[in-house]
Amino acid sequence: MSDATTAPRTWRKPPFIANPWLRWGLMLGALVYLGWAASTLPFDWARISQGIERAARIFSGAFPPSFVRHELLIKGFLESLQIAILATLLGLGLSVPIAFMAARNIAAKPVYLIGRALIIIARSFHPVIVAILFVKAVGFGPVAGILTLTIYSIGFVAKMLAERIEEIDWGQVEALRASGTRYLTVLQFAVLPQIMPRQIGLSIYQLDSNLRASAVVGIVGAGGIGSTLMNAFGRYDYDFALAITLVIIAVILVSEAISGRIRRAIW
Amino acid sequence: MLRIRQLVKRYGHGEPVLRDLDLEVPGESVVSIIGASGAGKSTLLRCINRLVEPTSGSIELNGAELTRLKGDELRKARRRIGMIFQGFNLVDRLTVMENVQCGRLGYIPYWRAALRKYPAEDIERAYELMERVGIAHYASKRADELSGGERQRVGVVRALMQNPEILLADEPTASLDPVSSRQIMELLQTLSQELQLPVLINIHNVGEAREYTQRIVGMRFGRLIFDGKPDELDQDAMDAVYSGTPAEDRQQAEQDTARAVIS
Amino acid sequence: MTQQTVAERAWSRYTPQQRWKRFAGFAVMALAVGWSLVSIDIIWPWVWDAPAQIGDLFRRMVPPDFSDLTPIFWALVETLNIATLATFVAVFASLPIAYIAAQNTTPNRFTLWLGRFILVSSRSVNTLIWALLFVAIFGPGVLAGIIAIMFRSLGFLGKLMGEAIEEIDRRPVEALEATGASRAKVILYAIVPQVMPTFFAVSILRWDINLRESTVLGLVGAGGIGVILQGAIDTLAWPTVATVLLAIVVLVVAGEAVAAWLRKRVL
Repeated sequence: MSDATTAPRTWRKPPFIANPWLRWGLMLGALVYLGWAASTLPFDWARISQGIERAARIFSGAFPPSFVRHELLIKGFLESLQIAILATLLGLGLSVPIAFMAARNIAAKPVYLIGRALIIIARSFHPVIVAILFVKAVGFGPVAGILTLTIYSIGFVAKMLAERIEEIDWGQVEALRASGTRYLTVLQFAVLPQIMPRQIGLSIYQLDSNLRASAVVGIVGAGGIGSTLMNAFGRYDYDFALAITLVIIAVILVSEAISGRIRRAIW
Repeated sequence: MLRIRQLVKRYGHGEPVLRDLDLEVPGESVVSIIGASGAGKSTLLRCINRLVEPTSGSIELNGAELTRLKGDELRKARRRIGMIFQGFNLVDRLTVMENVQCGRLGYIPYWRAALRKYPAEDIERAYELMERVGIAHYASKRADELSGGERQRVGVVRALMQNPEILLADEPTASLDPVSSRQIMELLQTLSQELQLPVLINIHNVGEAREYTQRIVGMRFGRLIFDGKPDELDQDAMDAVYSGTPAEDRQQAEQDTARAVIS
Repeated sequence: MTQQTVAERAWSRYTPQQRWKRFAGFAVMALAVGWSLVSIDIIWPWVWDAPAQIGDLFRRMVPPDFSDLTPIFWALVETLNIATLATFVAVFASLPIAYIAAQNTTPNRFTLWLGRFILVSSRSVNTLIWALLFVAIFGPGVLAGIIAIMFRSLGFLGKLMGEAIEEIDRRPVEALEATGASRAKVILYAIVPQVMPTFFAVSILRWDINLRESTVLGLVGAGGIGVILQGAIDTLAWPTVATVLLAIVVLVVAGEAVAAWLRKRVL
């Protein structure tokens, strides 16, 4: 054996990125970016120390949470629930045709493109942005909330449903076509039964997520419990605001548990 | 020298899995433990390195009592006990070298482990052992890219890296094809002689047990009922170890205790 | 075959019990929708007027105003910085929480419940509500936005990472414990490598979500492109609003593309 092999051998973990230039370059780039981004933050220590004082004031004002104006709280919640139900219904109604339009295996090419474009637009905007536009167009209140969440529902439900339609078992469609059935009847008997379980699961999921979202879009004036919260915050009623927040958390947890249970039972 | 005396293990309030078990293993001998599933073989091995907490009894390794150790002392004791597993129990997403160096984790400082800056002598020893079992060329490969037999070799090297005073092997060949399985048994046998290690092997394959070990211990329902050389394991002894089922044994035991209570 | 059995061969799709459940399901739905429609606080003429109003808003937005893109560009960069910095910090801050919230790694029952409490409260409070709180504390600006996004991300990341920890293969952990490695080293060698893929996947996913959320922070004064949007809406500068909306679509779509690319490269 030569000396070379008796000399102590070394071992290094093979690096994640083989090219050292690329590896160090990426790391340096990331560091420089993070450093620069952090440096653009306006860290104003005076304001932060004031902020801590203010936080103490807010929290001491928030405890104990006040349920004195519980009628307002209940009214806000019922409105949120109404918004969520109606928006889910509308959203689902619109989602089904849009999903069929946006399924590559069913729709003609131009129809498909229109369907996809609708879904992309509905998905791109955060519901709060949509809400703010609708509030400007149709005024404060639940109508803006319903319209917003309808679009929000389309963005999710139509997308998932279209994907499900693209995965259907094509044999059943051909079997019906072969027996000379009309297009709409084919959709009804060969496609709908296959997507129905997914559709029901999605509906329940969407109702749950619309209820959550309705608490948020209210902040910009689209009705529901969010508006109640915003008002409480604006009037410095921090104890009422905390009460609302706690109830929102509780309702979300309950609704999540219920929707999860129903979906498990159905699937 | 491993000495086990009156070892009892029961899970919860059930029937004991090990009942007053006594066993002595002197240095550099390979001992096979055979027995039907549920006889308590696995529990016995895991009591030795305390992956399973024994209920009572004593386990001594080279004069040191293991059953009462805690925390740091327990970890120090575990460093001296190598273990090889049926499912290899490698960390799939780490390289072979990292898996092998896991055997040194009890010895090296945390920063070395975190930065993968292993001491030079550990790396040297890892290469020597890996060459010895024929996997050195895989050092930088991920463990999940290897075949079953190769993965078990990694497991063996990991255990040997601990500089163990005893090697425990829990069904080391049960997940392997016949060829790799024989290779691993051969390896354990020769390593035992080379490194003067006592090796304790749980094994289902009685043929392999006869061929590769000098001593066979038969377990049934938490007790040793056979202890002898491979050629002493005749048909009667085999029947005694394997006939019946653990369920029948348990029933029998319940009747026994019931009778004891009545009388 | 007797007369009787032939007579019993009337076919129906569902068993009586199934039919009952379906009927009950439909009844609950119909009741919920009916209740919402009847009791919701909506001024119906406004609803009939809504399509015209929305169309009107649209017409005012066209053509978008591309005359001054520099502030919009920098606002986009700020939005990106908020999302990235917040994700970066939250990803690491969520690890200890995930560790104590996972059943198989948590030190004791108290830490388990502490961990779960942190996750639930972080997850159930929406980013915008967090933002409201931090704007009240630190005053309007990027800092409040970053902290809000961080707080919301903690729950999401911690929950998914905790689930990943709960699903790891126990056997390597056992093997490493058997070598006499300390708890910290077992985590480093047996747990960390196993949750690494999930770690990258959820970090990328959350960054993508955070990018969307950062676009609306400005509406409550917490920095980013939303500040410009709010300003333009308040001054009724609809062509500028259109430009900002387009910019948001570009940012979100680009973010999605980057996330998809990263996912392919890293996983």
